[in-house]
Amino acid sequence: MSYVKLTREQLAARVARDIPEGAYVNLGIGLPTMVANHFAPGFEVFLQSENGLLGMGPAPSKADEDYDLINAGKQPVTLLPGGSFFHSADSFAMMRAGHLDIAVLGALQVAANGDLANWHTGGKDDIPAVGGAMDLAVGAKQTWVMMEHLTKNGESKLVERCSYPITGLGCVTRIYTDLAVIDVSKDGFSVVDVVDGLSQNALEALSGVRLR
Amino acid sequence: MISKISESVATALADVSHGATIMVGGFGGAGMPNELIDGLLEQGASDLTIVANNAGNAEFGLAALLKAGRVRKVICSFPRQIDSYVFDGLYRAGRIELELVPQGNLAERIRAAGAGIGGFFTKVGFGTELAKHNGVTKETREINGEMYVLESPIHADVALIKAERGDRWGNLTYRMTARNFGPVMAMAAKTTIASVHEICELGDIDPEHVITPGIFVQRVVKIPRAATVASGVKSP
Repeated sequence: MSYVKLTREQLAARVARDIPEGAYVNLGIGLPTMVANHFAPGFEVFLQSENGLLGMGPAPSKADEDYDLINAGKQPVTLLPGGSFFHSADSFAMMRAGHLDIAVLGALQVAANGDLANWHTGGKDDIPAVGGAMDLAVGAKQTWVMMEHLTKNGESKLVERCSYPITGLGCVTRIYTDLAVIDVSKDGFSVVDVVDGLSQNALEALSGVRLR
Repeated sequence: MISKISESVATALADVSHGATIMVGGFGGAGMPNELIDGLLEQGASDLTIVANNAGNAEFGLAALLKAGRVRKVICSFPRQIDSYVFDGLYRAGRIELELVPQGNLAERIRAAGAGIGGFFTKVGFGTELAKHNGVTKETREINGEMYVLESPIHADVALIKAERGDRWGNLTYRMTARNFGPVMAMAAKTTIASVHEICELGDIDPEHVITPGIFVQRVVKIPRAATVASGVKSP
């Protein structure tokens, strides 16, 4: 049996599909940023960026780039009519106190108990950097993870217990990967859907953890 | 007549002392007061503790200050950048101290200092390596069934921030996402030095639009708008 992994764009579209209109959402840097490109025209979602904007719009044309108007990944963006700017403490109040409905974050590992690891490998020569990851992991109403299912070496990023340093305890509720969508609850991982051609047993074998 | 306007960057920075704790605004290039940092490099103060979101890019601004060996310690949330090789090298060589702080804790600890708050409990960081200080877990408390960590304020001697417009009383406005840490850092430092692109008359900034009231600002210095660079503002 053969299966085809979702492309990054397909994965972004899959995540976008589950975000309801009117939601306040923070998209983490890297892969999650791509979700912004997959909302239908006229579909209103409030995108918040940690560096102090709400109502973030798409990337501008090259000629309209302005490096005073950037996203958390330091890429030029636009502000939609109705958008607003604010300082970092207000921005993080939004992120830390349940004002955001959904945070979509990248991950190094997610554990069956919902623990997230995404800020540091712990390696001696690795430069740690946390940014707003811990704030979002703990402070959004729901924390979703969007990541490739396996590392470049084929190791599963779904684990029983995180071996990398923790970002937040028990915070992840849902995982979107290039192979499957998985819910995380007190009972562990449960599969919502899988890419065509991949059985749940085969997914479980690849994942190396118990999937319900 | 009260005027907080400084003649030049050099005048504004003249009394920064060795060993000072200096807050530096900016997120990426937006709001990064590069002219003030260059002035600090020129001024010569050393053994500095820098409080900022990042730890410098390439070899300009903050990275230049680091490269010149002026900085003893950095308190920041995200030192790792595609071009943070100056910091990376110093860190790996053990030649600079890093206190890594989740960005919201950084903003709130700075705000707390500015608001006279002695500490606050937050859920962010609980159960992680960043809830430790020098290897010892910070005080924790269960509040309404959830676990919180006690975080302390971050005070500074000097804040260097980049604003857009200012007047002689020190009222400031900012430009788009260049606002970021500016308003809270202005509150938390004994001396706040703001660079602006325009100095206007009192009353020209609509009082409804003042973002940082002048009480938080000690010096205002006008700088030319920067030429187009990936981390700066496009020239008009």
